[in-house]
Amino acid sequence: MPDQSLDATAQTQVAAERKIRVIVAKPGLDGHDRGAKVIARALRDAGMEVIYTGIRQTPAMIVEAAIQEDADAILLSILSGAHMALFPKIMELLRAQGAEDILVVAGGILPDEDIPAIEAIGIKGNFGPGTSTQDIIAFVRANVKPERLAQPLPPLRTGGVAVDEPARGAQA
Amino acid sequence: MLDDLIARLTAGDRRALARMVTLVENNDPASRAALAQLHALGGKAHIVGVTGSPGAGKSTLVMQLVRELRRRDQRVAIVAVDPTSPFTGGAILGDRIRMQDLVGDPNVYIRSMASRGSVGGLSSATRDAVRVLDAAGFDTIIIETVGAGQAEVEIVRAAQTIVVVTVPGMGDDIQALKAGILEIADCFCVNKADRPGADQAAAELRMLLSLDTQRDKDAWKPPILKTTAATGAGVPELADALGRHLAYLRESGQIVVRGERQARSEILALLYQALLAKLGATLGPAHFDQIVAAVAARQSDPYSAASVIARALGIALPSEDDATG
Ligand SMILES: Nc1nc2c(ncn2[C@@H]2O[C@H](COP(=O)(O)OP(=O)(O)O)[C@@H](O)[C@H]2O)c(=O)[nH]1
Ligand SMILES: [Mg+2]
Repeated sequence: MPDQSLDATAQTQVAAERKIRVIVAKPGLDGHDRGAKVIARALRDAGMEVIYTGIRQTPAMIVEAAIQEDADAILLSILSGAHMALFPKIMELLRAQGAEDILVVAGGILPDEDIPAIEAIGIKGNFGPGTSTQDIIAFVRANVKPERLAQPLPPLRTGGVAVDEPARGAQA
Repeated sequence: MLDDLIARLTAGDRRALARMVTLVENNDPASRAALAQLHALGGKAHIVGVTGSPGAGKSTLVMQLVRELRRRDQRVAIVAVDPTSPFTGGAILGDRIRMQDLVGDPNVYIRSMASRGSVGGLSSATRDAVRVLDAAGFDTIIIETVGAGQAEVEIVRAAQTIVVVTVPGMGDDIQALKAGILEIADCFCVNKADRPGADQAAAELRMLLSLDTQRDKDAWKPPILKTTAATGAGVPELADALGRHLAYLRESGQIVVRGERQARSEILALLYQALLAKLGATLGPAHFDQIVAAVAARQSDPYSAASVIARALGIALPSEDDATG
């Protein structure tokens, strides 16, 4: 049987504690995921549950994973420079599902001049290459929507119109 | 709210499904009532456990198996369990990496779970998640767990058919299989059969199985399949074997036996928790620790200590109310 200690409250707390679940995704075509893996490990070490989805993710794949996993946050790690094409699509797909309560954070190589546009669509943080993982952790902790960590969780919002992009990554 | 969630998830709404899994995973107070309803709705899915050493190719194999089951027009859900770090409480759940090809199919649902506090790597949360998926109408639910001693055996309490994945050239692995896992496997996959030594690994397994005299009385002989998850070779045979095993469970009545085994262990686990809570409330954890220390220091003994505690709870130890016990 499970436990050695009589501290039953501690035991049920393990289960009842609301863990932050973060999708770490690497959109775009470049195949380097070292940075993403460093962030994934740092988030794990901060006590979060990191769902690592791997490289070459399309917006539809990322959003679909976030929905299935009921993630609290999506952390996008990007190097390829395609962010201005990918990010708005991700936000649009999330909105279509009524999943705007998921925090979206971007990191990687993002030119300064693009930051206002990225923030305008609701992507937060926008951490550049020099950012310490501690800053990212603190940011995620502070910005995950409080309603997502409530116990009991509030009712689901319903989605908007479906967006008919195939989720399957159309990669050659 | 919960009735709405249940109505939506049984109608195929994935966000509702995902949210319900979150509720049961977090042991959300709201989820208790829902679980009663969900339990009544379930019981139709074939629940398959896939276990084996890290890196054996379980996730890749599960991905291929799901593709094959999709060709057979089944709706499939996957629960992939990875260990929680005991030091930080966090986890990296990486099984989805191998399952990308399945994303976007509305008839496939993948959920990653951390083992959190559970010793066996398979918590009541996992079983409750399976209960939600069963109620949602999936035909097959696959639980992937890392085989690490206890967890391998624990999966028996959550799945109806157990697939043990091994790879060629792991003599030690085969040795480890003897410790409990050989007995629980309903099907073996020697994965990475593209590598040398697959035939030998299969032969070793066959030999070990033949030594398991417990099996002699069973009508079911676990098949030993060679698979190459990287290409999908051997996967249709695996899907066939799962189907045959389910048919065997139904015809032999074993499906009832396994269902009862699960129910029994779930009820007892809940009662055990309740008993612990009651003990904690009656004694206080600090007092309990004092008693533990006294026994360890040989100022008391386990029997007397337990007897005193039992009396505080208004019960007696078996040896006290039944002299033959
Ligand atoms: N050569 C070979 N490699 C495989 C096969 N199946 C899986 N792999 C590789 O083995 C590694 C671990 O696979 P994964 O499915 O993550 O294993 P898991 O830890 O058991 O879930 C990956 O690099 C896979 O590509 C196979 O049939 N042949
Ligand atoms: Mg795996």
